[in-house]
Amino acid sequence: MSGKPATDILNRRRFLGAAGLAGTGAALGVASAFAGAGGKPDPLITEVQDWNRYLGDGVQSRPYGTPSKFEKDVVRRDVPWLTASPESSVNFTPLHRLDGIITPSGLCFERHHGGIAEIDPADHRLMINGLVDKPLVFTMEDIRRMPRVNKVYFLECAANSGMEWRGAQLNGCQFTHGMIHNVMYTGVPLKVLLDEAGLKPNAKWLMLEGADAAGMNRSLPIEKALNDVLIAFAMNGEALRPEQGYPLRAVIPGWEGNLWVKWLRRIEAGDQPWQTREETSKYTDLLADGRSRKHTFVMDAKSVVTNPSPQAPLKYKGRNVLTGVAWSGRGTVKRVDVTLDGGRNWQSARIDGPVLDKSLVRFYVDLDWNGQEMMIQSRAMDSTGYVQPTKEELRKVRGVNSIYHNNGIQTWLVRADGETENVEIG
Amino acid sequence: MSRLAKLLFAVVLGGSLATTLLLEASAQQVAARSSGKLGLGRPALPEEIKAWDTDVRPDGKGLPVGKGTAKEGDVLFQERCASCHGEFGQGVGRYPAIAGGIGTLKADRPDKTVGSFWPDASTVFDYIKRSMPFGNAQSLTDDEAYSLTAYILNMNDVIKDENFELNEKNFASVKMPNAAAFYGDDRETAEKHFWKKDPCMKDCRTAPKVIGRAVSVDVTPDSKAGPKVD
Repeated sequence: MSGKPATDILNRRRFLGAAGLAGTGAALGVASAFAGAGGKPDPLITEVQDWNRYLGDGVQSRPYGTPSKFEKDVVRRDVPWLTASPESSVNFTPLHRLDGIITPSGLCFERHHGGIAEIDPADHRLMINGLVDKPLVFTMEDIRRMPRVNKVYFLECAANSGMEWRGAQLNGCQFTHGMIHNVMYTGVPLKVLLDEAGLKPNAKWLMLEGADAAGMNRSLPIEKALNDVLIAFAMNGEALRPEQGYPLRAVIPGWEGNLWVKWLRRIEAGDQPWQTREETSKYTDLLADGRSRKHTFVMDAKSVVTNPSPQAPLKYKGRNVLTGVAWSGRGTVKRVDVTLDGGRNWQSARIDGPVLDKSLVRFYVDLDWNGQEMMIQSRAMDSTGYVQPTKEELRKVRGVNSIYHNNGIQTWLVRADGETENVEIG
Repeated sequence: MSRLAKLLFAVVLGGSLATTLLLEASAQQVAARSSGKLGLGRPALPEEIKAWDTDVRPDGKGLPVGKGTAKEGDVLFQERCASCHGEFGQGVGRYPAIAGGIGTLKADRPDKTVGSFWPDASTVFDYIKRSMPFGNAQSLTDDEAYSLTAYILNMNDVIKDENFELNEKNFASVKMPNAAAFYGDDRETAEKHFWKKDPCMKDCRTAPKVIGRAVSVDVTPDSKAGPKVD
């Protein structure tokens, strides 16, 4: 990993060379520290380092803190060939470099349809109109005076893993599974806003509309709107990031990311869905018989091993931490099973950290690896009893052209040298 | 369960989950507590609603008064749209094709266009009016949106006559060829077998073989191609 200090990489090369000469046949370390392993003292310990002698930056040299310069490769990345223009495109969360369950705000994947709208909150308005007693306009200051709640939810793009329907395509969990993030939102229950305007009895659907250059609009059934939808102005304790809809976005727990309209400027109540571009020509699932499912809002249970994975190969024999994330749009994750032999035998992973409704959970298998080839998979089970299917099972019922909602089990092949790749098994 | 019993149950359960249940108010509870008007916000004025409420539904609700023909739309399309969508709607580069593809939905590589896939004509008008042309949204007049919609439907053989005047009165009568092929989410019945009581843990399958590799496809961006952060 290029985030490591250069000395480590040099030492590693030296060690690998020595291992090769000794004819061990494996280019992998066993010990946890390379320097010092050969009996020579580690200069990082025996010599005084610059950071140990000279003063560092003072307070306020970094008024808004950013990650260490040694973490600069931990960034969102895109796949340039995927879309026509960067303004209507997507990038991916670096899942293989994260731990716990919360995604740092600056690493949450982005999906825009007309670029990032830059809106001064003083200029932002939210309108509620349509089938209401009293059409209203709110300012951000109005919204900040309403009762608010804090909730952790995952947001997964329906097209996450969409490139993988026909087989292994992209070599890295960032690209295969990185259209997801998990954030604590602060916001007002949508019901509070709707009560203020007064829904008419025949209001069955809402249309949410963004203030961006795409004027993104989606229809939302009223039952969901009144249940757990939030209108959020903060994420992870601070204002939303511009890429995530600053100053105001919709939070639609457990449902596909496209519904979570960013830069939210208007909510219209109506008696039927609008059949917008994003809910007909896109975000509908074309099946093998040529017919298409629509309004497939809920995200099925899914999981992925983030380490090891192609961007995070195994570097040592012996002790290792296998880890990953799991989630379900129908409730909580009840169990995650992991296989090392391509699905022949499974063991239940250890889930650690909060297990919350419609949130990522973090799982671990503390692993002793003897250098044997592994085919690693994970399988999530949720509180409704849904079990994440294999890709084969999924293709049997959906074909390969549905683009969206690919929650099939991912396989990573870990080779004897620790290098890991995205494979399809049969 | 009574309130007391619930509390006792939570205490017995112990641990973070129970605490979470007790401390976290649901969105509904917060909404209920604030029932009655907060007195926030102000009435939306008719001019304001008119300015923002441009959405159009399949039944024609929301259509503005206006008109346009495919013939008029052709001129406009070549000027304002063809650089991305192609002269005949075939698409340029990775910008979407919006015409053709009829009968390809069961093919190995389906061609999903307005004519071959879109279920509702109103979507074309709504989308053009709110987001097109890409990078200069909401710059088209209502008549221009009618003309462009007529031209796109004409390229897809939905409107046969290039002189047919599309307007707010006849719009809802336009029917799209693939409309009947859409149906609501039925995963919970069609995929009922994904709900399993005891998924297999031991000797679940024969020895797996690698049948495909992402590295052979070779479309993963090099990590060096990532954004610069310096």
